Amino acid sequence: MISVRVLIRPKEGILDAQGKAVESALPALGFEGIEHVRVGRIVELRAQDDRRLEELCEKLLANPLIEDYEIEIL
Amino acid sequence: MIWGVLQFPGSCDERDALHACGVATRSQAGDSSDSTHSPRLVWHEETDLSEFDGIVVPGGFSYGDYLRAGAIARFSPAMTAVAEFAADGGPVLGICNGFQVLCESGLLPGALLDNESTRFICRAGELIVGESDSLWLSGLEPGERLSIPFKHQSGRFFAPPELLERIEANGQVAFRYAPGQNPNGSLNDIAGVTNEAGNVLGLMPHPEHAVDPLAGGTDGLKILRGPAIAAGAARA
Repeated sequence: MISVRVLIRPKEGILDAQGKAVESALPALGFEGIEHVRVGRIVELRAQDDRRLEELCEKLLANPLIEDYEIEIL
Repeated sequence: MIWGVLQFPGSCDERDALHACGVATRSQAGDSSDSTHSPRLVWHEETDLSEFDGIVVPGGFSYGDYLRAGAIARFSPAMTAVAEFAADGGPVLGICNGFQVLCESGLLPGALLDNESTRFICRAGELIVGESDSLWLSGLEPGERLSIPFKHQSGRFFAPPELLERIEANGQVAFRYAPGQNPNGSLNDIAGVTNEAGNVLGLMPHPEHAVDPLAGGTDGLKILRGPAIAAGAARA
């Protein structure tokens, strides 16, 4: 079995509403000078091999229309 | 007109949709429906939709909206049947989460993102009927204004520029938010789109909540009556 980590994030240029909400909360907490906050997600899994990982990402883990993904074999 | 209303784990508007389909069918002039023509719920594990004239994929939070809204529901057995039903030209309406499911399934173009405000929206609003040949608009005129409730968290319609251009050029924009009423940042104020053939419609606002004068109006019926009007016109 291999351990896999898939990083999924909103495509550049698409407004990331979650990132914007996080960013706008920061000044009130005293964090200044932080910008371009983007919120994605990480999916960790174990697989027998890496043969169908791309397909798994394209079909389920990410929506290629709005998200980019990176597959990392650990 | 016999309707099937899909039910996933986490659906929550299916009973309103069922009621709305019943009201639409019974109130339609010239429709001889009796109780045997009543709509019924279709559990997501069912795979035979042959008894139905139309399918509604209702709103709610299928599979808890885990991963992305609609992402997991598309793998339900019933969705394979819905894809076949749609390929045969059968009318399919996805409302809210149902719209998201149809986009994730590839039955409709585009994707739905979190509202720009990041807030859940629940209020009355108005839609403008688009220039489209869709059977869903059979009882409506382009430019007509409908009052339909807005109720969603992830309703921001998005398509990459090329796809958006194609959707517009093909007349696939069935409904837009009325000027100044875009509640979520949807591109081109798009509230509803169809597939190229026009028999599959996805709509973010909720026509099934607008079928009773006591609850704010009946404009939702005008959309739900579309397929039967189209079928009647085809028979005539």
